[in-house]
Amino acid sequence: MSAMSNSNWSRRSLFRAAAGMAAAGSLAACGGNNGRGGGAGSGVALTQYFHAYGEAGTEQAIRKYAKAYDKAAVSTQWITSADFESKLFATLLTKNAPDLFEFHPQIQMVKSGQVADLTDIIEPVRNDFNPADITSHTVDGKIYGVRMIDDPQFFFYRKSMLEKAKVEVPTTLDELAEAAAKLTTGKVKGLYMGDDLHSVINPMIWSAGADTLDAKNQIAYHTPAVIEGIKKMRKLFTSGHLLLGAPTASWDPSSLNQGLCAIQFCGMWAMPSIQKALGDDWGVFPFPKTVDSGKPSVYNGGWSMFVNAKGKNVEAAKAYVKWLWIDQKKYQEEWATSFGFHIPPRTSIAQTATKLKSGNAAEGVRLFNEFGHFDNIGWTQAMITSLEDVFANAVRKDMDPEAALDKADTAVERELKKLFG
Amino acid sequence: MSTTSTRGLARPAPAKAAPARPRRGLRGSPTFNFWLFCGPFLVGLAIFVYAPILWSLWLSFFEARFTVTPDKFVGFENYTYMLTNDDFVGSLGTFTAFAAFIVPTTWALSLGLALLVNRLRFMRAFFRSVFFLPTACSYVAASLIWKMSIFSGVRFGLMNTVLGWFGIENIAWLVDPDPPWYWLVIVTARLWLQSGFYMILFLAALQNIPGELYEAAAIDGAKPGWQTFRHITLPQLRATSTAVILLLLIAAYQAFDEFYNLLSKTTWGRPPLVELYYKALGESQDYGAGSAGAVILTVLICAVTLLQGKFLGFGRGEEAK
Repeated sequence: MSAMSNSNWSRRSLFRAAAGMAAAGSLAACGGNNGRGGGAGSGVALTQYFHAYGEAGTEQAIRKYAKAYDKAAVSTQWITSADFESKLFATLLTKNAPDLFEFHPQIQMVKSGQVADLTDIIEPVRNDFNPADITSHTVDGKIYGVRMIDDPQFFFYRKSMLEKAKVEVPTTLDELAEAAAKLTTGKVKGLYMGDDLHSVINPMIWSAGADTLDAKNQIAYHTPAVIEGIKKMRKLFTSGHLLLGAPTASWDPSSLNQGLCAIQFCGMWAMPSIQKALGDDWGVFPFPKTVDSGKPSVYNGGWSMFVNAKGKNVEAAKAYVKWLWIDQKKYQEEWATSFGFHIPPRTSIAQTATKLKSGNAAEGVRLFNEFGHFDNIGWTQAMITSLEDVFANAVRKDMDPEAALDKADTAVERELKKLFG
Repeated sequence: MSTTSTRGLARPAPAKAAPARPRRGLRGSPTFNFWLFCGPFLVGLAIFVYAPILWSLWLSFFEARFTVTPDKFVGFENYTYMLTNDDFVGSLGTFTAFAAFIVPTTWALSLGLALLVNRLRFMRAFFRSVFFLPTACSYVAASLIWKMSIFSGVRFGLMNTVLGWFGIENIAWLVDPDPPWYWLVIVTARLWLQSGFYMILFLAALQNIPGELYEAAAIDGAKPGWQTFRHITLPQLRATSTAVILLLLIAAYQAFDEFYNLLSKTTWGRPPLVELYYKALGESQDYGAGSAGAVILTVLICAVTLLQGKFLGFGRGEEAK
């Protein structure tokens, strides 16, 4: 038995132990990984939030860029994709909010003063950005974010499977449903668009010749063509030809790569991974026409960098954004083309990005230019959720599309009233 | 050593204790000691429980979008919005159906497990541990295992593999609401996670039932089995059963993790907390409406708890004294 067990702790020894533990804690904090980036510089510490990209090497790249900056110590939080939005929005209300973060342009963040005006750092190079990217970040003439990457999203298909089933590349939603039926075999489903179908909501609306909001910020999605499209999607959902309950979400190309489906909706970022898994046995096509009067569409998603307007280091954060996402063209090109494939929003970089010049990547760029629709800054998270509910209720459940859209109208009108009066 | 010798041993304490020296200052004060021990917890309670509740109440009367320090008073507008929102009202129905099923099922399963384990003659500790271990598993981890391994919708999901042996097509357990297979997934996950804990409570109660009761019953001609269980075991477990039912109801009210992780972004199978999160908090950042929903929920929970207390007879014994 140890001698300690019989001894009584004196007050002095307790204080001594407590002081020792405090010192050990401090030392541990110094030596451990405290999440800080490199470059101490002027002593300014910045924090940036990124959602966890699926492509290998992306996290290391972001940390490398942060470390290369010598005017501030930039630490990065790499947040699981599904939790990113909720964590970001909750943290923005607190003193622990990040100084800069990536997200999509949404007007409520501007109206509530959450994001800083970046016009002064973008204006000198404004003409080098894709004009649609500038428009989608502009409110009342001020630009509120810097686009880092553009992400066109479309269907990827296995050429050999379509050839074997004697299926042509679909040009209408009806043809897509027919193709899915013909391509479904015992072990392979014809089509995968994600379990929740969220990624095809906007493309379906655009392919029906409609839009989310019009130029006057009024509802533009509630049209007969969209209702017809929802009915077709419902038929497709219940056909038994859709892959449902896949282990990975639609943004991950694993379902196509592993032969669980013949056609998958995904983003251009997945091209290197698909090329590695399938060689040249694949192609891409846009979301086909929902109705005869419609037009194929491609969602040009992407991520932008924003500065927290309520942060303590707004100017320092703006300086970092300018350094990385405006001045460092080499890093921007690497970020856009060395991991997954994305289209650089800077025209000068996009024109010299050799990896996007040939094969399916070049076809992706063509679809982006020909059929692309960009983010609408007036289309907010609450509105997005309303249309997700329409798909949940009218496509996955059997609710009447008209009633589902009426319900969405009420929610969207409430949001529009609050934002625009 | 002689047991009678007192040499070298401490003197026995005097029969009557010497009058204690008056204690100095605050240390002798019971009030000081009370605050010393309870103060930090009360401060924590005030800061982390009561202040947020009051703040939430305050927020519910304001237009608090993207802020928790709003300045636009809107009266009962948020309450009207939430009470006329059929998704929120529907979530209360979802919860009622869930609680009505999960509470008695978990009660019966955990009692059954306790009875089985209690009768074991060998490996009792092993089986107790096996059934109790899921309690240590996080709801999120269990949900992911249920979603990705057991109830995955593809052919290599465990359940679909088993169904495949009988020539049954793959089922998309969590994706397609018709038929509502998702309830099977949610309920089995919660049963697995919870039953072991309540089994331990029942096991402790079972071991507290005096054996003489069963012996006396046997002498009086009671048959072992159902008769003894119904007339001796079950009544003796009344207090524990009541506590278990209460705990299960509270757990059902707090249902969030498995619903959120198993049914991401559906419009069905949303208990109130998930509905509030999607509708008014989280991504939408409408903290005014969210707070109004939370207040409505709190009032409902209080009402149900009071009714339940009346129904189950809490405090009746105290009043009778």
